[in-house]
Amino acid sequence: MLDILNILLSDSFWAASLRIATPLIFGVLGALLCEKSGVLNLGIEGIFVTGAMVGWMAVWLGLGLWGGVLAAAVAGAAFGLLHAILTVPLGLSQHVSGLGVTMFATSLSYFTYRTALPAVSSPPKIEPFRALDIPVLSDLPFLGPVLFQQTAFTWLALLMVLLVWYVLNRTPLGVALQAVGDNPDSVDAQGLSVYGLRIGAVVAGSALMALGGAFLTMSAFDSFFFGMVNGRGWICIALVIFASWRPGKALFGALLFGAFDALQVRLQTEVGAVVPSQVFLAGPYVLSIVALVIAARRADYPRALLTPWFKGQR
Amino acid sequence: MIRIEPRPATSTAFKLGLPILSAVIAILGAAIPLAFAGADILTAYGEMVKGVFGSLFAFSEMLTRATPLIFTGLAAALAFRARLWNIGAEGQLYLGAMAAVAIGAGAIEAPGYILLPLIIMLGCAAGAAGMVVPTMLKTRFGADEVVTTLLLNFIILIFLQYMLEGPLKDPYGLGWPQSAPILDEGVLPTLMARMRVHSGLIIALVAAAVAQVMLSHSVWGFKLRAVGENAPAARHAGIGVNRSLLSVAIVSGGLAGLAGVSEVAGLKGYLTADLSPGFGYTGIVVAMLAGLSPMGVVVAALFIASVFVGADSMSRSMGVSSYLADLIVSMSLLCVLVGGFFARFRITRTGSSASKTGEA
Amino acid sequence: MPCRPVRPPDAPAFLLSSKMTVDLTVTQTTQTKVLSLSGLSKRFGSVIANDVIDLDLHQGEVLALLGENGAGKTTLMNMLFGHYLPDAGTVEVADEGGQMQALSLGHPQAALAAGIGMVHQHFALAENLSALNNIVLGSERLGRWRRDLRAARAKIEQIMQRTGLVVTLDTPVGRLSVGERQRVEILKALYRDVRILVLDEPTAVLTPQEADTLFDNIGAMTREGLSVIFISHKLREVLAFSQRIAVLRHGKKVGEIATADADERIIARMMVGADTPETPRTDMTAGAPVLELEGVSVTGRSKRDSLVGASLTLNAHEILGIAGVSGNGQSALAGLISGLTKPSAGTIRIGGADIATVTPANMIKAGVGRIPEDRHHDGIVGAMSVAENMVIERLNSAEVSRAGFLKKDAIKANAETLSRNYDVRGPGVDARARLLSGGNIQKLILARVFEQTPQLILANQPTRGLDMLAASEVARRLLEARETGAGIVLISEDLDEILSLADRVVVIHDGEMVEAGTRDREVIGLMMAGEATPHEPQQSGAGTK
Repeated sequence: MLDILNILLSDSFWAASLRIATPLIFGVLGALLCEKSGVLNLGIEGIFVTGAMVGWMAVWLGLGLWGGVLAAAVAGAAFGLLHAILTVPLGLSQHVSGLGVTMFATSLSYFTYRTALPAVSSPPKIEPFRALDIPVLSDLPFLGPVLFQQTAFTWLALLMVLLVWYVLNRTPLGVALQAVGDNPDSVDAQGLSVYGLRIGAVVAGSALMALGGAFLTMSAFDSFFFGMVNGRGWICIALVIFASWRPGKALFGALLFGAFDALQVRLQTEVGAVVPSQVFLAGPYVLSIVALVIAARRADYPRALLTPWFKGQR
Repeated sequence: MIRIEPRPATSTAFKLGLPILSAVIAILGAAIPLAFAGADILTAYGEMVKGVFGSLFAFSEMLTRATPLIFTGLAAALAFRARLWNIGAEGQLYLGAMAAVAIGAGAIEAPGYILLPLIIMLGCAAGAAGMVVPTMLKTRFGADEVVTTLLLNFIILIFLQYMLEGPLKDPYGLGWPQSAPILDEGVLPTLMARMRVHSGLIIALVAAAVAQVMLSHSVWGFKLRAVGENAPAARHAGIGVNRSLLSVAIVSGGLAGLAGVSEVAGLKGYLTADLSPGFGYTGIVVAMLAGLSPMGVVVAALFIASVFVGADSMSRSMGVSSYLADLIVSMSLLCVLVGGFFARFRITRTGSSASKTGEA
Repeated sequence: MPCRPVRPPDAPAFLLSSKMTVDLTVTQTTQTKVLSLSGLSKRFGSVIANDVIDLDLHQGEVLALLGENGAGKTTLMNMLFGHYLPDAGTVEVADEGGQMQALSLGHPQAALAAGIGMVHQHFALAENLSALNNIVLGSERLGRWRRDLRAARAKIEQIMQRTGLVVTLDTPVGRLSVGERQRVEILKALYRDVRILVLDEPTAVLTPQEADTLFDNIGAMTREGLSVIFISHKLREVLAFSQRIAVLRHGKKVGEIATADADERIIARMMVGADTPETPRTDMTAGAPVLELEGVSVTGRSKRDSLVGASLTLNAHEILGIAGVSGNGQSALAGLISGLTKPSAGTIRIGGADIATVTPANMIKAGVGRIPEDRHHDGIVGAMSVAENMVIERLNSAEVSRAGFLKKDAIKANAETLSRNYDVRGPGVDARARLLSGGNIQKLILARVFEQTPQLILANQPTRGLDMLAASEVARRLLEARETGAGIVLISEDLDEILSLADRVVVIHDGEMVEAGTRDREVIGLMMAGEATPHEPQQSGAGTK
C-alpha cells in the first residue's frame, strides 16, 4: 500500500499520466465533435495511424515540427472529409464507412511509409518536441515537473479542451452543432445547413484525431512503426461515452486513463515477478470496457447519433 | 436541378453487378499507388494474375487463403444481418485456435474420428464464448458491441501472448512463443497431394450452404432477419430479440472460432501470435462485398483471397510493398458502400426550367 | 413582373400577372395581398403530391388549408417554407414595403428572410437546448465568437408579453410540455419578425381548451397585421377560426370559400368529393369481461410514460375510448396491453385469466390483437415481404412452420387470401412491406390481427394519418369485431373519433385514468387538461372497480 501511495505522490507519476493522456485527449475531443453533430467516426483508429505517419514524415522531410503538426491535421481532415461525404449527404452506414476509412487510412499510411522507406531495418528517427523549460514555473516544486516540463504538444491538447468547450457552449456555432446532433430538423427549419454543420464537425474532429496520432511520433516517441496506435482510437470511442460528450469530462476521463496506465507501468516493476506482465498490458482495454459498461445506460447520447438526415424528407 | 429519390426496387442484375463493379474499380484504383511506387503498372497487374492463375499451386494457395475468409465472412454476414456489429472475429478466431491447440496438441490422445470433431467443437465453443460476452454486455447494460468487440480483440491478443509464453508454450520450441503442434489425429487432411489446401475448405463451403438455407427457410433465420431489419417491430410481434441476438452471437462467434481451428489444424499445425494477418477484419469486407448473403460470401472470399495472393506474389517479384493488397481490399469496401447508395437511390434531373419561368 | 401591393379585385386583366388567379369568392376591397403561390407542383416518385396549385393570402387574414390526410397540405406548405423544392411553380411574397417579390425556393433561410415562419406539426426543436437557444438558433452569425443573449432575451420577453405566449426560456425543451413546445415553435417564428405564419395541424396535440387559447392568441396577432395559414383536417376548428378556407383533395386545390358562406356539410363534401360514409353502429349489450386491470402501475422514464394505479374493466362487445392529450400515459397503457411494458404493481386479467408475465408473446397467446400507434416503426418489418409480415406473430403455428422450417407456400397462400379479404393493395405479397401505402400497411396489420379473432383488441391511434376512406374502413372493421364479441381499447387523440366509436370514455391525465361518465366535449376537454373531476362520479362505478 505504501508503495502505491509513494507512486501517487511522486511528480514523475503525474507528469507521465498527463503525457500518456495527451493523445487520448485529442482523440476523445475529435470523437466528441463528430458525435455531437450526430456522426459516429470509427475512422479514428486509421486517422490516428495517418496522423502519426504524416506528422513524422513531414518532419523527416524537413518541414519542421509545427509543419508536421499542420500536415497531420490536414491529412486527418482529408480522411474526415471522406467519411463525412459517405455518411452525411449520402447517408451510408456510419459503422461500415468508419471501419472502411480505418482500413483505408491504415493501409495507405503503411503503404506510403514502406514505399518511401523500402528497406530500413530500424526506423529512422526525428528530433521530437522537447519539454518546455519555462523560467520559474518549470522549477516550481511538483507543479513544475507535472505541468511546465511537458512538451508544447501537450499544452496544445489542453488548449484544445478549452477551445472545444468554449466553441460548443459559448458560440452560435456550438449551439448549432449541439442542435444538429439532437434534431437536424431544428437546424434546417431555422435556415442553417445540416450538411454543412455535420461535414464541418467531422472534418474538424478528424483533424484533432490525427493530432493524437502525431503526438505519438513527434512527442512521445521519435519514429514511426507499424502497430504503434494499438487500439488507442477505439479506447477514445469508449471514453467519449464515459465522458457523456462533455469536453471537461473528456479531459478527466483521459487523465484517469493516463494515470491508470502510468500506475500499472510502475506497479509492474514492483510486482512483476508474481503477476504476468500481460495483466498490465490488458489493463487499458479492460478498463475501457468497464467504463463503457458503467456509463452506457446513463449516457446522454446525442439523439440523432447514427441517424442520417436527408434534405426534403421531413 | 438534380434530385435524389429512392428506387422502388433494385434489380437483381444491379445487386449482382454492384460488388463486381466495386471490385473492378478498387483493382483499377490500385494503379495510382502502383505508379506512386514506381512500378510498371501493366507488368504489375500481369504478375498479380499470374500469382493466382499461373499454376495449380498458385490457385490452390488462393483457395487456402480463402478458407478462413469464408468463415470470418460468414461470421460477419450473419451477425450484421441481425444488426449485431461483431467486429471481434479476429479475437474469436484466436480463441478458437487456442482451444484447438489446448485440446489437440497432446492434452488428449484419441483416434482421429474423436479428436478432430472434439477440436472443432471446442474451437467453435471458444469463439462463440468470445461473442456471447459482448452481446450480453449489450443486452444487459447497453454497452455498444462495436467498441467492446474491438477492444476484446486486443485483450484476446494479449491473452494469447500470455498463453504462448506460458501454459501453451511448446517445451521443444527453442524458446519461441509458439504452441506444441496438433497431433496427427487432430489434423484436417489436405485435399491434394503436395498442396496446402485442406479439408477446412469443405467445412467452410458446407457452413456457407447451411447458413444460406437457415437464413431464408428457417424460423431462426426469419427471426434473425426481422430483428436486424426492425428490432422494435420484431419485439412487438413477440419475437425474443435478446434471445435472437444471443443465438446469432453464438453462431457468428462459432464460425470465427472455426476459422482459427481451420488455420491451426489444417494449415499451420501449431499456434503462433501471427496466425492471422487480420482475417477477422477482412471478413467484414468479404461480408459487405457479398451483400451479407452467405453464398455470396464464398465468391467474395475467393476474390479477396485472389487479391492477397496475387499482390503478395507481385510484391515479391517487383519489390512493391505488400500493403497494396490491404489498400485494394479497403478500397473495394468503400466502393461497395458507395454502390449501396446507388442501389437504394437514383439521381434524376427535375424541372429547373419550370421554376425559372416565374422569376422573369 | 412584380405586382402592386394594393389592387382592386376588378382591376383590368392587363394589370395582373399572368400567373395570378383572381379570387372570386373573397371580395373585400380592403385586402392587401401578402403572399401568392402560383402553379406549385411536386411529385414524389410516381405520386403527384401537389398538382399546379394557386393560392393567395391577404394581410391580417386567417386562411385554413383544409384537406384529408395525404391531400398535399403539408407538402404545399413545405414548399413555401423551403423544405421541398417544387418541380414547377413560383411564390411571391410582399416585402416590408408591400412590394411583391419572387421567393427563392428550396431554402428555409430564404423563406425566413422573406418573413415567412412555419410551426411544424412534428416540432423542429432541439430537446437538449433551452427554449431561448432554440428560438435564437440560426439568427446569429455562425462565425461570431460571442453571443449577445441579453438583447435576444429582452426581445423574446417583449413578444411573450404582447402575445401571451409564455414559456420558461432557460429550461431544456425536452422538459417542456407539448403545449409549451408549440409555443416555443411559434415564438421561433415571431422572433424572426415574420409577417406570414404557417401552422401545420397546430391543435393535434392540444386539449380543446388549449386549442381555443391558441386561436385567441392567433387572433390577437392577426389584428397586429400577421397573416396566418393553418393546416387542418378538423372541420369544427376551421369553421370557428378562419376567415377563408382553401380545400385540397388528392393534390389539387378543389375550391376556396369564405368561411362565412360555409358549413360543415359543404366543406366536408369539398374535402372528400362525396358525402362521408356513415359508420353504421348497432346497440349491443356488453358481455363478460375481457380485460381487467386492478391497481396497475407502470413506472416509466418520466411521468409521460407512467401509469398510476389504473383500474378498469372492459367487456366483450364494448369499445372503450381512451381520451387524453398525448404524453399523459397512453404509451404506458398501450405498452402494457401489447406486452412491451411490464407493470410495477397490480394485476392484469385477460378473459378472466391472470397474465403472470407480461410479454408480447404471452399477450398474443392470450388472444390480444394489437394495432400499434406507429405502424411503420412497430407494426411491420418494412424490408421483409408482405407475406412474411402477415405471419410474423405466429411463426411457430402449424400453418406457418414445421420442425423449425418455414412453409413458404402456405405463407404465400395465406397472404394472398388475406390480401383479398382485407383489400390490401400493392405490388404483391412477395414485395417488401414498406412499398405499401400507409393505408394498405394498416390493412395488412388489421388482416393479421382480425384473422386470429382476438378477444381483446388494442387499437392505438388506428386512423392517424389515413385518408377518410381508409379511416372509415378501419372504423368499420373495429365495429365488426365489436359485434362478433371482441372488447376493444381505442386510444386516440381525436376526441371526435372516440365519441363516434366508443361505448364508454375513460380520460387519461398524468398517468391516471378516470371514467368520464359523460359524452360532453367541454367536460371531457377539461378532464383532459386535469381541470375537472368526472361529470357524475356515481355513474363511473359501472366500469371501474
